[in-house]
Amino acid sequence: MATHMVEPAAGAVEHLKLEDRIWLLRAMLLMRGLEERAMTLYRQGKVPGSFYDGFGQEAVSAGAAFAMAPQDRLCILHRDLAAHIIRGVTPARILGQYMGRATGITRGRDGNVHFGARELGCVGMVSMLPDMMLVATGMAMAFKLRGEPRCALTWFGDGSTSRGDFHEAMNWAGVQKLPVVFVLENNQYAYSTPLDKQFAVDPVERAAAYGFVGVKVDGNDAEAMFEAARSARQRALAGDGPTLIEAVTMRMHGHAAHDDMKYVPKEQVEEWRKRDPIDLQESRLRDLGVDVDALRAEVTAEIDAAAAEALEAPMPDPANVTADVFCEGVAEPLGDGVARWSGFLSTAASGTTGGDA
Amino acid sequence: MPTMTYLQAISSALRDELRADERVLVMGEDIGVFGGAFKVTDGFVDEFGSDRVMDTPLAESAIIGCAIGAAVVGLRPVCEMQFSDFISCGFDQLVNVAGKMHYRQGLAVPLVVRLPSGGGFSGGPFHSQNPEAWFMHAPGIKVVAPSTAADAKGLLHAAIHDPNPVCFMEHKHLYRRVKGEVPAGIYETPFTARVVQEGTDLVVIAYGAMVDVAVEAASGLDDASIEVLDLRSLVPLDEDAILASVARCSKVVIVDEANATCAAGAQVAALIAEKGFEDLDGPVVRVATPDVPIPFSPPLEQAVLPNVERVREACRELLAY
Repeated sequence: MATHMVEPAAGAVEHLKLEDRIWLLRAMLLMRGLEERAMTLYRQGKVPGSFYDGFGQEAVSAGAAFAMAPQDRLCILHRDLAAHIIRGVTPARILGQYMGRATGITRGRDGNVHFGARELGCVGMVSMLPDMMLVATGMAMAFKLRGEPRCALTWFGDGSTSRGDFHEAMNWAGVQKLPVVFVLENNQYAYSTPLDKQFAVDPVERAAAYGFVGVKVDGNDAEAMFEAARSARQRALAGDGPTLIEAVTMRMHGHAAHDDMKYVPKEQVEEWRKRDPIDLQESRLRDLGVDVDALRAEVTAEIDAAAAEALEAPMPDPANVTADVFCEGVAEPLGDGVARWSGFLSTAASGTTGGDA
Repeated sequence: MPTMTYLQAISSALRDELRADERVLVMGEDIGVFGGAFKVTDGFVDEFGSDRVMDTPLAESAIIGCAIGAAVVGLRPVCEMQFSDFISCGFDQLVNVAGKMHYRQGLAVPLVVRLPSGGGFSGGPFHSQNPEAWFMHAPGIKVVAPSTAADAKGLLHAAIHDPNPVCFMEHKHLYRRVKGEVPAGIYETPFTARVVQEGTDLVVIAYGAMVDVAVEAASGLDDASIEVLDLRSLVPLDEDAILASVARCSKVVIVDEANATCAAGAQVAALIAEKGFEDLDGPVVRVATPDVPIPFSPPLEQAVLPNVERVREACRELLAY
């Protein structure tokens, strides 16, 4: 089974209206702006613990999440904030989450980007990153068993490909031809470990070993990412099984805020800086006459308001710290997310479940 | 009321749930056509099909991880570990993903993991373990361990109905050795302790296969009034029942088949030290497997596993204190 590289934006434009292309930029601007604001709050001592971001990788989560329908289910990783934004999590809750406030998605029980908005159909990540590949595979298994036209999607990094759960998930998904989309976010480094110490083959080739399609995509092109995920979803719903999308990108910041990235050659960073995903989408839209500056101003105002709201939010009450370890009453189901892509407004591909009770 | 073996009771619970609730599915290695290593699901695939009696790849992390995914979108998976020992390969998914899910994001994981456990048949270091304490130490996971056929069925029904991850410790040595009357249909046994026999001089606290050992040990102590308490559930631990037995009897022997350090019995002993001290009339005594891998050869295995004589001797000594 051959792998192939999707040409930047090939096939994407025919499925994306102008409003969609603007939304992709908007999601990436919100992600970058929120992470920059969170970094400032971190330096002010208002974000406890450590701080992780996805600077330079915004297109990977924005493009893939944009192709997902409300009834699809997502396991989102820590450099994929745009997916949460597209799914419908408000900026104030995101900043509240970073600051450990009661209004954050996990109400202070977990930090930074370790969250999934249950009501929006997202299952929060754990730090053992490829674990979520199995959770996504299991959700897809349930969809297939029930004959539902839905898929599950998860992201993971180049480091994750070395873990057993990567293999177990890819294998199971291939054996059962499950409607799951695996997005390998290849950002060149797992913490400080470069690719040549992580695998001896091109990781996208591994898809063939498990019996399904692997696609290598420019991970800094949101429209190419969208197209790859849209096609993968289509394959999943048609019963043609999983897809591995290798999104080639670059982690432009350290593993976390403390990491000065001394192990990364400066030229490598400079090279990738020229391929910034936001610059690319902006230039496309400017060429189409879109007022990008107005959009930027709008996003900044939204982040300012969100920061003000989050800073006013209360800290969680320690009196409740031992509550909710177990579900004591009626379980709250996963709900449906928000679909942004105009294609879902006009096709039967979209649908809502009313929750996975 | 029909009479069933412990194993038949487990099969019966699974069959009843599969018939009653289309969300329930069982998944594991060799459980379909082969019917499972211990034949718990023998014949199931003919009645329910291979989608609901699912032969999985040989991958325990995948079994638990996929079951978590299926559970959060509305199914009620019951996973079989072929032997409880193999849960070590699925530990991360159970402890880090399933156990912490509800606390972090309010998402319930209605998942049961069946763990055929325990020694006594020369299974050796990798087919004889009692790993329940690993999961007692991990927040968010319930742990139950039936000792009778009726409780095996009732606790399994309750575990499947529970919205949380539940480790169901089923003792292999009891599978075909223990028989008893089992109520018909679906019923729930609560996650609380059960007084097997009442007494006033000493209580033996046990669970799983050690309950029968405790009863037999007590039967050889005719001049004393021995109570036997079957914990049935380790998480939640029935503190009230334990402390009530301590208050009645004042002397306590705790029996674990598991390795002694940080075992369930150690937690019970700590509880009694903290909350039952005033009722004690002697030291808390423990009988457990020493901290060694379970050896293969019969004389070696018999030398480490608690047995009737060791429990009886512990009781005699404590009664004389």
